[in-house]
Amino acid sequence: MEFNVTLLGQAITFAILVWFTMKFVWPPLTNMMEERAKRIADGLAAAERGKQDLEAAEKRVADELRQAKQQATELILAAEKRANQIVEEAKDAARTEGAKLVTEAKSQIDQEVLRAKEALREQVAGLAVAGAEKILRKEIDAAKHADLLASIKAEF
Amino acid sequence: MASNATDYIKHHLTFWNSSHEGGFSSLHVDSFSVSLILGFLFAGVFAYVARNAKLENPGKLQLFVESIVEMVDTQVKEIFHAKSAVIAPLALTIFCWVFLMNAMDMLPVDLIPMAAQWIGFTFFGADPHHVYFRVVPSADVNVTFGLSISVLICIIGFSISAKGLGGWIKELFTAPFHASGPVGTILLAPANFALQMVELLAKPISLSLRLFGNMYSGELIFILIALLPWAAQWLLGAPWAIFHILVITLQAFVFMMLTIVYLSLAVEKH
Repeated sequence: MEFNVTLLGQAITFAILVWFTMKFVWPPLTNMMEERAKRIADGLAAAERGKQDLEAAEKRVADELRQAKQQATELILAAEKRANQIVEEAKDAARTEGAKLVTEAKSQIDQEVLRAKEALREQVAGLAVAGAEKILRKEIDAAKHADLLASIKAEF
Repeated sequence: MASNATDYIKHHLTFWNSSHEGGFSSLHVDSFSVSLILGFLFAGVFAYVARNAKLENPGKLQLFVESIVEMVDTQVKEIFHAKSAVIAPLALTIFCWVFLMNAMDMLPVDLIPMAAQWIGFTFFGADPHHVYFRVVPSADVNVTFGLSISVLICIIGFSISAKGLGGWIKELFTAPFHASGPVGTILLAPANFALQMVELLAKPISLSLRLFGNMYSGELIFILIALLPWAAQWLLGAPWAIFHILVITLQAFVFMMLTIVYLSLAVEKH
């Protein structure tokens, strides 16, 4: 155990080393490590936020999808209803049209029948009058018995 | 063999002194230069890493340095609660430097002394028997006391900056025994002062002697193992070297921890 100037040299070296570490080693390293810790924390927070955003977006997507489906279903239902309605309307229209046609045809037929009857009656009346004239040529004055002839004609 | 062994041990335990007579103005060139080189090694590597530190994708060396810095930072934050820009770099320097100085013990016990002898003989024409080189700086009381007295100065400096010069001096005379009246205070002052001095001086002495004792004994045991027949050396040398890895690290850690504890005590009020 012999003390000498080595002790002093060691103390001076120590002081210089501590000063150097204080100046050039410790602050940059700890600052960098703090910066990194902050960045990691930020990154984790951002990831958490991203996750939440994703969840919200997924929820919104599901909502919109459900809404769209509902709308589609409603549209389909409305369309079906409308189609049925159109079919019914068409059926109705066709039915009325048919009925109208039938009625018209019937009335035409009736008219034809009437006209035919009329013609027939005219002909029969004519024939009868002609027959009667032939039979009663001498006894019947056409001018005298015109009223009678007309009434007979009307009876046919 | 016996006188040979004594010579061998003595030779290994002699410092490379700058003057043959010794005395206070002489220098232990070996421990001073080795500690200086190791200090520069520590400062150089750490400053290099600090300068080139990358925020992302740090390299292995940077991760290694960061883990040490993190460890020191954790210890300082746990023990020392006041604000100080000095204490953490101080603790880091102590831990790394003391560790490196201790680690010189792991070099083969004859390697550096023999290299020094060969160089001294070949280039400077020195008598190999008078070329000494002790490679473990922390097995030199000058080195350990140089560190611990610096720590003592830090303790005093921290006390004064925390309590003021007057407050610190007052505490030297009024703690740990408190008296209620002025008469009692004056009566207790000598006892307080004596106890405070013992407390203050015990710190650097215990710090430096603990480190010195561990390293000196470790070195001595390596020297003794080196005296065994070569075929038997591994039998004791390997376990001792492996055990010594622990001692080296532990002593560096203890020195650092006690420094932090002493400095945190210095800034606390009694």
